[in-house]
Amino acid sequence: MEILVCVKRVPDTSENEIEINKDGSDIERDDLVYSVNEWDNYAVEEAIQIRDNVGGSVTVVSVGDEDAEEVVRREMAMGADKGILLSDNAFEGSDGRGIANILKAEVEKGKYDLVLTGAQADDGAGQVGGMLAAMLDWPYASLVNSLEVVDDKTIKVGREIAGGNLEMNEIDLPCVLSIQTGINEPRYVGIRGIRKVASIDIPVHGAGDLGITPESVGESGAKVKRIDYFTPELGEGAEILEGSTDEIIEKLIELLKAKGGIK
Amino acid sequence: METVLISPAKATIVGIPTVIFSLLIPLVGVGVFAYIIAMRLKPLVLAAPDQRFDHFTQRLLNMLKYAIGQYRHLRYTDAGVIHIFLFAGFMILSLRSITLVLLGISEGYVLPGMGGPVGVAYGILKDFAGTWILAACVAAMVRRGVLKPERYAVPPKYGKDHTWEAMLVLLLITGLVTCDMVFEGSQAAAQIQKGLKTELLVPGTGTWFATHILSASPLDRLQNLHLGAYFSHEMIFFFFLCFLPFGKHFHVITSLPNVFFLKLNRGTVKPVQWGVADDQLDDLESFGVKTFEDFTWKHMLDFYSCVDCGRCSDNCPANAAGRPLSPRFISVKCRNYSFAKYPLYGQPVNGRPLIGNVLEEDEIWSCTTCGACEEECPVLIEYIDKIVDVRRGMVDDGRVPQSLQKPLGALEKRGNPYGKTAKKRADWIKDLPEDCNIKILEKEETADVLYFVDSITSYDDRIQEIGRATARILLTAAIDFGILGPAEKDSGHEVKRFGEEMLFQELRDHNTDEIIKSGVQSIVTADPHAFNALKNDYQGLPPVEHVSQMIARAIKGGKIRLKEVEDNGVTYTYHDPCYLGRHNGLYDIPRDVIDAIPNLKRVEMSKCKDRSFCCGGGGLMLFYEPEEEIRMGNLRVKMAEQAGADVIVTACPFCLVNIEDAIKTSGLEGKMEAMDLVELIERHMVHDTGYKIQDA
Repeated sequence: MEILVCVKRVPDTSENEIEINKDGSDIERDDLVYSVNEWDNYAVEEAIQIRDNVGGSVTVVSVGDEDAEEVVRREMAMGADKGILLSDNAFEGSDGRGIANILKAEVEKGKYDLVLTGAQADDGAGQVGGMLAAMLDWPYASLVNSLEVVDDKTIKVGREIAGGNLEMNEIDLPCVLSIQTGINEPRYVGIRGIRKVASIDIPVHGAGDLGITPESVGESGAKVKRIDYFTPELGEGAEILEGSTDEIIEKLIELLKAKGGIK
Repeated sequence: METVLISPAKATIVGIPTVIFSLLIPLVGVGVFAYIIAMRLKPLVLAAPDQRFDHFTQRLLNMLKYAIGQYRHLRYTDAGVIHIFLFAGFMILSLRSITLVLLGISEGYVLPGMGGPVGVAYGILKDFAGTWILAACVAAMVRRGVLKPERYAVPPKYGKDHTWEAMLVLLLITGLVTCDMVFEGSQAAAQIQKGLKTELLVPGTGTWFATHILSASPLDRLQNLHLGAYFSHEMIFFFFLCFLPFGKHFHVITSLPNVFFLKLNRGTVKPVQWGVADDQLDDLESFGVKTFEDFTWKHMLDFYSCVDCGRCSDNCPANAAGRPLSPRFISVKCRNYSFAKYPLYGQPVNGRPLIGNVLEEDEIWSCTTCGACEEECPVLIEYIDKIVDVRRGMVDDGRVPQSLQKPLGALEKRGNPYGKTAKKRADWIKDLPEDCNIKILEKEETADVLYFVDSITSYDDRIQEIGRATARILLTAAIDFGILGPAEKDSGHEVKRFGEEMLFQELRDHNTDEIIKSGVQSIVTADPHAFNALKNDYQGLPPVEHVSQMIARAIKGGKIRLKEVEDNGVTYTYHDPCYLGRHNGLYDIPRDVIDAIPNLKRVEMSKCKDRSFCCGGGGLMLFYEPEEEIRMGNLRVKMAEQAGADVIVTACPFCLVNIEDAIKTSGLEGKMEAMDLVELIERHMVHDTGYKIQDA
C-alpha cells in the first residue's frame, strides 16, 4: 500500500511555556523548541505498521520553511521510506484551505492509496484533513483510532464517538484519514536513528513544481485571516492559584474541600 | 602392605578382568564430558567480544578471595556454612578422586609425594572431609526438603521447581563419599579379621564407622562390597561430571573462571561494543543486545555459572515490590534458552529475538540498576551491564515506554528531563539570602571548585533546597566555588543506563567541554548519580567528590563546626543511596558526618550499607510507570519504622523524593521525616566561621 502521511512542525507544548508576544500578533517564539505535532507521530506509526504488515511504502510530507525538514527527517528515522518538503515563499501565511491545496497538488503527483493526517495540530484548527479529502474528492474519516486493512480496495476504521463508544466503518481506497492519538504506541526515535537518516536527500517542491499559482495560496490566497492573539480575561468564578507547587496543591485541596469536591 | 581383598585392578568378574572397567569408565566419562563442554562453548565463540584478560594478578587474587575463599557465602549464614564445608571437602577429595581412578588400574597406587607422613596426614584429612561432606549433604537435604527457604521457590511464570535437581546432586555426592567409605571400610574390616595392618582409622569418621559395621561380615561379602563400592564410586563420579553442564551445577566448573573474569571497574557501564570507539558507533549496524549471540562471552559464562541460589532476587528491590523482575531468572531463562538453542547434537536451532521470547520489556525496564543483586552473588554474576545492553537494543528498535519518551525528548531538546528552559537552570540560587553570592562560571568568571548541580536539584521545587543547603555549606567552609548555570546539562547518568547511549554521549561531551572551559581544579556534587556519572562515565575531568566527602574534611579541619543536635529525643537513620554506597563504596563517610553532630542518636536499618534497599530509583526511573504491587519507597520507610527511626537521612535527591513520597503514602506524615545530609548539616552548622548566614 502506498501511504502518504502529512506532518507538521509545531512548538512543543510539553517543553514550552507558551506566551503571547507584546503586540499580540503571534506567540513568543524566541526560546521555543519545536517538534513533530503529536498526532502526526501516531499517523506515521500507523502507516509504518500497515506497511510492515501488507507491504508498500510510507512517504512523509510537510508544508513549511526549511526548518520543517527536521521533522520530516525525524519521521524518516522512525521508519518512513521517503520524505518530501513542500516549501516556497509563496506558501507563507497560508490558511487551512491553502495548506490543503498545496498538499492536494503533491498527492496528485503520486499514486497513493491512503493519505493520513493527524486529527489536529497543536497550533492548528483541525481542518486540513477534511478539506484535502474534499478537494481530492476522496472519502474521509476523522478521529480514527483503529485501522484494519481488509483488502487492497477497502479498509475498516474505528472512530471514537460520544460516550466512549466506538463506531466501525468500511471505507473505499483511496481515502484520507485523520488519526487520533492512542491508536498505537509510537516508537521512540533516538539520536542514532536520526543520524542514520541525516544524509538522505529530502526533495523540496515549490509552487512551480506543484503547478500551483502563487496567488491561490499563502497570505494572498488566504480567506481566513488571523487578526489578534490574546489571553482571555479572567471570567466569573475562574481563579489562578499562585505560589510554589506545594502551596498550589494545598490551596487546591482546600478549595476542593470547601466546595464539596472531596471530603 | 599385604592386603586380604583383591583390588579392582586385579579382580575378575565372570572371567573378565575388572581393570577393563577401571579404564573404560574414565575414558568414556572424560570423552563424553569433553564433548558436552565443547558443545557448551559453541555460543561463547559466536558471542560479542569482551575485554577480560587484563590485570592478571588482581584477577587471580579475586579468584582466591571469592571462589577459593568463598568470601560472599557467609552473607547467608546457614547455606553459607553448608556450602563452605561442601566446597572445602570437594577440594580436599579431589586428590582422593584422582587416586581412586588410578587405584582401579594399578593396585596400591600412591600419588607422587603421598608416600610418607604427608600421605598419612592427607588420609586423615580426607576421612574427615568425607565425613563432613556427608553431614553437610544431610543438612542441605533437610533445608531443601523440609525447611524449604523461600528464596528457592520458583514462581509459576518462571517454570518448574528446581528442587529435584538439587536433591539428585546431593544424593550423588552422598553416594560418592559413602562408596569411598565402604571401599576403605571393607578393606580395613578384612585386614582386621586377618590380624593384618590397616590404614590409619580415625575414630568418628565415616570410614571408621564403616569398618566397625562391616567388622563381622564374611570375607566374600567384604570382597563384593569392596569391588561394588569402587565401581559405584567411579560410575557416580563420571556420571556426576557429565551431569554438571546440564543445569545449575555447571557452576562447579564455570564459577572459577567466572570469578577470574569478573568486572573490575564498578560503577561503570560496559561500552556498546568492546573494541569499537565512540566515534565509530554510528557505523554499527545494530546496537545492544537483541539476540542471544549479542551478549558477550563473559555474560554467557555468567548464565552458565548461575547457581540458582536466589540471593540476587532475595535482595532485588524490584522483585520485593512485585515488579516483573527477578534477576535470578534472567540467568536461568537465558541459560535454558542457550541449552535449547545449542543442542548437544545437531545444528543450532534458529534464534528468536530475546525480547518477547525469553525476556519481557517490562522486566528489563523494571531494574533501577541499584546493584543489590551483583553485590550479593557469590559467583559475581553481572546484571546491570546486561540489562543496559538489552535496553540499548530496545532503544535502537524504538521500543521505549511512552512514559520515558517525553523525558528523553526533553533531555535531547532542553538538556533536562523536565523540558524546562536552560536559562532557568540557575533560578534556584535566587531564593538564597542576598549575601550568598554564587558565581556562575561563564566568560571571565572562575573558581577553584565546580558545584555540579544536575537537573533535579536545578528544577525541582523541593530538591532546590538541597542545592541551597549545599551552597551555604560550601560558603561556610570557605570554598571558592561556582556553578555552570545555564551551560550545565543533565549528567546523563540514567540516559546511559536506560540505553540511550548516543544521547548520553552528546550530554557528556557538552558538559565535559563546559567543565574544562571553566578551568576549575575539582568538582563537587550533592547528587550521587551525577557523582557516579562524572567519576565513572566521563573521562578527563578534574577530580570529583561527593559533598559528604568535602563536609567530612571541613569538619576535621575545623572549617565547619556543628552544634548540639536540635532535638535529642529524635532517632535518626541513614539510608545509603545506591550510587554513593554500592557503586562507589562511600558508606562510612556520610555516617561519620552525621555522627559528628553532638548527641545525635542514630540507628541502622536491617538492610544497610552494601545491603541497602533501593528507594525506587533515580533520574528517568522517576518517570517510568512500572507494574508493581507496592512502591519500593514504602518498603524502605517500613524498614526505617521497624528500626525505630523518626528521621531518615539520605544523601541523594532522588532518594529524598522517593522517601518523602513514601512517608506520605504510608500515612506516616507528621510521624516521620526525610531530609538530605546537607540539610541536616546546614541546620546544625555554627555560623561563626567564614561566611555568615542570616536566618532565612
